[in-house]
Amino acid sequence: METQTLIYIFVALSFSLYIGIAIWSRAGSTKEFYVAGGGVNPVVNGMATAADWMSAASFISMAGILAFAGYDGSVYLMGWTGGFVMLALLLAPYLRKFGQFTVPDFIGTRYYSKTARVVAVICLIFISFTYIAGQMRGVGIVFSRFLDVEITMGVIIGMGIVFIYAVLGGMKGITYTQVAQYCVLIFAYMVPAFFLSFMITGTPIPQLGLGSEVADGSGLSVLQKLDSVLVELGFTAYTDGSKSMIDVFCITLALMVGTAGLPHVIVRFFTVPKASDARKSAGWALFFIALLYTTAPAVGAFGMLNFVDKVDDTAYSEVDEFFPLWESNGLLAFQDKNGDGVMQYRPGAAFEGKPEYTGETGPSGERLLSNAPNPESANEVYVDRDIMVLANPEIANLPGWVVALMAAGGLAAALSTAAGLLLVISSSVSHDLLKSTFAPNISSKTELLAARIAATAAILVAGYLGIYPPGWVAQVVAFAFGLAAASLFPAIFMGIFFKSMNKEGAIAGMISGLVFTFGYIAYFKFMNPAANNADSWLFGISPEGIGVVGMLINFGIAIAVASVTAKTPVEIRKLVDSIRVPRGAGDAHLH
Amino acid sequence: MDDDNPETETSAAEGAYWRENLRLLFSLMAIWFAVSFGAGILFRDFLDQFSIGGYPLGFWFAQQGAIYIFIALISFYVVRMKQIERKYDLDD
Repeated sequence: METQTLIYIFVALSFSLYIGIAIWSRAGSTKEFYVAGGGVNPVVNGMATAADWMSAASFISMAGILAFAGYDGSVYLMGWTGGFVMLALLLAPYLRKFGQFTVPDFIGTRYYSKTARVVAVICLIFISFTYIAGQMRGVGIVFSRFLDVEITMGVIIGMGIVFIYAVLGGMKGITYTQVAQYCVLIFAYMVPAFFLSFMITGTPIPQLGLGSEVADGSGLSVLQKLDSVLVELGFTAYTDGSKSMIDVFCITLALMVGTAGLPHVIVRFFTVPKASDARKSAGWALFFIALLYTTAPAVGAFGMLNFVDKVDDTAYSEVDEFFPLWESNGLLAFQDKNGDGVMQYRPGAAFEGKPEYTGETGPSGERLLSNAPNPESANEVYVDRDIMVLANPEIANLPGWVVALMAAGGLAAALSTAAGLLLVISSSVSHDLLKSTFAPNISSKTELLAARIAATAAILVAGYLGIYPPGWVAQVVAFAFGLAAASLFPAIFMGIFFKSMNKEGAIAGMISGLVFTFGYIAYFKFMNPAANNADSWLFGISPEGIGVVGMLINFGIAIAVASVTAKTPVEIRKLVDSIRVPRGAGDAHLH
Repeated sequence: MDDDNPETETSAAEGAYWRENLRLLFSLMAIWFAVSFGAGILFRDFLDQFSIGGYPLGFWFAQQGAIYIFIALISFYVVRMKQIERKYDLDD
């Protein structure tokens, strides 16, 4: 059967599964809508958290980032997993014991202030919309590549699917569809990884394969071979990095703390029955995430070896069919600068910008480009990082059903994250802004209706941002982490561990952390992008890692302000005492 | 980090439980820091002269090892906290 037919079948099957689950598990009350009724098994919740957490970027782009960045890519691996240790040890069990619906709920109650709650909602909406705009674009791109439709159409299909299970099912529907999506995405990721590892090293387990010898009789390990191949072509060795140590340190820390402060991840720990289950659940989440995250470096390294092997020094007329195939999607391109018909892959950009085809073909049959060649580099090959996962099965000549499986997996990853983000936005609007701040007298039926309307509105806004992406979206997605690290994390952490932190301190801390981090990122990314280099950065820390400084400013200002303002009231001290012990989860606070 | 004061009365069991929890947190977070920021970043160059399988050791910590140790840390924490909670009769 044709690969495209197989893709339609796999995608249709997986979508019917998600929609079926959504109808079966639709929410009937606000508690089911916000926290799935609070009775989710910790293993199931761990799986749902893993799907929630791993977006299209983790599934499709991470292996490619690792392949092209080598050691520098470690910041993502350690940063996006280490945050779960912070969650399990420092936040999740206490937030579960507190037993409310949303993150601003905790901040508003702990800091006995509507202002604190509204500031937290602003931080949350800021972080979540930054993140979701990029996700919706990702949904559109993934749909358009696999289903062969326009990006706009892809975004609309994605909006429709997410609408069904987020608006209908709320947190309850999302939880169970995310479990199904996790199963689809991890299976889709592991199958080609096993094949690749077995073909290159003879060891089927990719985590071990990356540390094994290449089965070509050279006696070199995969990493040694990759180092020597890349150095020969003039690249930095794979196991060496090019970022400064302080920058690697700060980016990793910002990603860790940001992970622990992201509202759509935190809220998943409100759905388990007990405080001790929140700890277990964080452990399971990390286990399920680690399956993919420890495989990704192997996929990246194997993909890079295969790519250089098949492309560099190969005549275009003799290259495998994956090349022209992905050329037509704009992910690969060949500009024959020296006119020998043979592709040279070297450091540096082959030409300026993304490939723009003239519609004509060159002497070797390659698509001609209107881009200006880059005279500084001998490189003739344009390669998009995403190719390492998307085209891997084809580069390695794997069967069509593996490619179809990848399609279903990529879509599952993109949809599950988008749905999780939409839910925290809608819960905050209906619960924190409407019910708890501006219209406290509405019935819970009206509140549920408001939550559904807010979710619908959030989908429409996210869809609009996906179809007409403002230039800043792609740039700032990674910064959602920095903003979360600088605003929400310190407020929650001090709420649990510093009994004497009061509302004045927390509000001042959140505002200063958010403003500083946002200002720094905005300055280097939009106002003065020319200055975005190590010499002008504060302490040599790039905008990606600046959330760490924002977090320190938040802590510092909060402690300073708290020390000169009124003490925390006695009942709040009692509340903190009660969330510190696990006994009686759920009745620490009454709804 | 803790700031007990006479205004809020916690039972002796709760106080002892919280101190033991903090001690455990502190040791586990120290390991968390050592395997990621220590082995994976600050002392990577030194560790890279050793190897584990075909991995330079520092590179292994940064791209594989830290993640495995993170899982072990949370698992240990789950088991140990349950014991501490039973000891002070505070489990849920």
